[in-house]
Amino acid sequence: MNSAGETSAAGHQGRRTKAKDSDAAHDRHLLRDMLLIRRFEERCVELYSAAAIRGFVHLYIGEEAVAVGVHQALTEHDAVVSTYREHGHALARGVPPEAVMAEMYGRLTGCSKGRGGSMHLFDPGRRFYGGNAIVAGGLPLAAGLALADRMRGRERVTCCFFGDGAFAEGEFHETANLAALWELPVLFVCENNLYAMGTALAREHAQTDLAMRAASYGMAAWAVDGMDVHAVEKAAHRAVTSIRAGGGPHLLEARTYRFRAHSMYDPDRYRPKDEIAKWKQHDPVTGMTEALRSSGRLTSARLKKVERGIAEEIEAAVAAAEQAPKEPVESLLHHVTGRNEEKS
Amino acid sequence: MKAGGDHNGATTFREALRDALREALTADDRVFLMGEDVGRYGGCFGVSLGLIEEFGPDRVRDTPLSESAFVGAGIGAALAGMRPIVEIMTVNFSLLALDQILNNAATLRHMSGGQINIPLVIRMTTGAGRQLAAQHSHSLEGWYAHIPGIRVLAPATLQDARLLLAPALADPDPVLIFEHGTLYNVEGHLDPAVPAVDLDHATVPRKGTDLTVIAYGGCLSKALAAAEELAGDGISAEVVDLRSLRPLDDATIISSIRRTHRAVVVDEGWRSGSLSSEISARITEQAFFDLDAPVERGCSAEVPIPYASQLEEAALPQVPGIVAAARRVVS
Repeated sequence: MNSAGETSAAGHQGRRTKAKDSDAAHDRHLLRDMLLIRRFEERCVELYSAAAIRGFVHLYIGEEAVAVGVHQALTEHDAVVSTYREHGHALARGVPPEAVMAEMYGRLTGCSKGRGGSMHLFDPGRRFYGGNAIVAGGLPLAAGLALADRMRGRERVTCCFFGDGAFAEGEFHETANLAALWELPVLFVCENNLYAMGTALAREHAQTDLAMRAASYGMAAWAVDGMDVHAVEKAAHRAVTSIRAGGGPHLLEARTYRFRAHSMYDPDRYRPKDEIAKWKQHDPVTGMTEALRSSGRLTSARLKKVERGIAEEIEAAVAAAEQAPKEPVESLLHHVTGRNEEKS
Repeated sequence: MKAGGDHNGATTFREALRDALREALTADDRVFLMGEDVGRYGGCFGVSLGLIEEFGPDRVRDTPLSESAFVGAGIGAALAGMRPIVEIMTVNFSLLALDQILNNAATLRHMSGGQINIPLVIRMTTGAGRQLAAQHSHSLEGWYAHIPGIRVLAPATLQDARLLLAPALADPDPVLIFEHGTLYNVEGHLDPAVPAVDLDHATVPRKGTDLTVIAYGGCLSKALAAAEELAGDGISAEVVDLRSLRPLDDATIISSIRRTHRAVVVDEGWRSGSLSSEISARITEQAFFDLDAPVERGCSAEVPIPYASQLEEAALPQVPGIVAAARRVVS
């Protein structure tokens, strides 16, 4: 599964144990990253119900393995372009929960200074370029980031997340063609959660094999179990290694599912309850927890400690957001152009 | 380095634009030009002819017919430190990229709380007068001037064709440059004493005392011709060339109105909800008590631009109409 695992197969007992330890540590790290996203969003639901945060909030719950798995293959030099369902991507990228929560609260300490909200999280220092709420609108942007790297000879990858709905947009097809034509270093990650808001995949696409459609543009593309963080991680490593070696754009179709409704406004009338229940059996967070517990690599005490650490981090983020300053309306016209900032 | 103009500064609008591109590509290796047929073909209107031979296909980059993707790629490249110049063949085609221009280029700075900016230049052809009918002839720059977060320029003179690009590239935010299609073949002389222009100010190419005619881009020559005709009747018209449609240089417009007390606004856009509406509103907001007559407007008729030449001519603001409007305001 990873290089440490392959080394252990060589037979050295000491190295084997070490590799197993590092595998266990790595898996616990994957679990922690997924748990952070899960608990963060569960807290967001409570805060939304309490009217502390407003607007559209699109939950990622159920899809955590995709963001966490893909991020294992990216470095700090790579770039990430995301969608409006991006809390998980931002947290997996390392954007501090405190900055994300403050953004949900619309405060000055938010990662977009309260101008963006849930759908527009930005952290250019971590090369996290949003938070795009136009379906497929971020794809051309990702191609451009990659084009700049290509023209400057920088060995960086731009990772672009989007959903299955984007496959119905012209911008997907324009960008797929352009990226393949110019052999741009883009990792396209389609999070196929089977619904474009309320419209099921088969009700929207004549051909529902999305990876195959991407491959028709001349890029390597394949589907991966998006509920299995190891599978996603492995696929992302394979794709990113190939992209860095000059293999041009790749597309991963991560087959996943959101356990919650499309947004907080959505009564979720269009999905059969047994379908949701079936997918919940593949919950990446509980699945990984159980796998680690049953193999003895995660004790109850350790899990409790992890959960407590995450809870403390989230509560600290909430407390900080509640205390954080609101932007005065006097600066309403800031951040429109560089010119009016110079004047102000 | 090949220069478009001769020793006396004789050049065309097209050559002036090309010289500006060449200068930009030479001065800064972050600059590149991309768009449909800008390379091998030499540009739909011949503006970039020869530049691919000078700078190579990487920096004079032909794109697929994917306006949204290549405009968006320009935005992404700008975000990653490049200084892209994106050419869109005509303003009508720019509608295919409107999502990228409005939702990304104009908005990313704001959505990110001022953490990122998009130093991108987008050039496109606008306007009618060449019998290109209703999908290649519109003047939609007024729509773009509606959008906060971008700068909108409309060069009307050789000087501006030659000199607006450099400061546009130096701007930290997206700049849209609208080139009126009837101007490319205009010939004239560049004044070597003018080394640079600024983007913030309108110009006053003709001084006058009786009324102010406000125009831009392809209509400036019509405004000047009207002023000449009016001079024959003893009416002294001042002409303002807006040059920048966003931001508008209110100070130059209003100070002219305060002197002449009368205004005619010429705009090739449709009359309803147009740039001319905005200018007229600003004049009444800021100089109502200086006005001796209602503001007049000369705009395109509210019809898609027809192919037949007599109909196209009738649909557009023309010199006789501007002269008639001027006579009404001074009467």
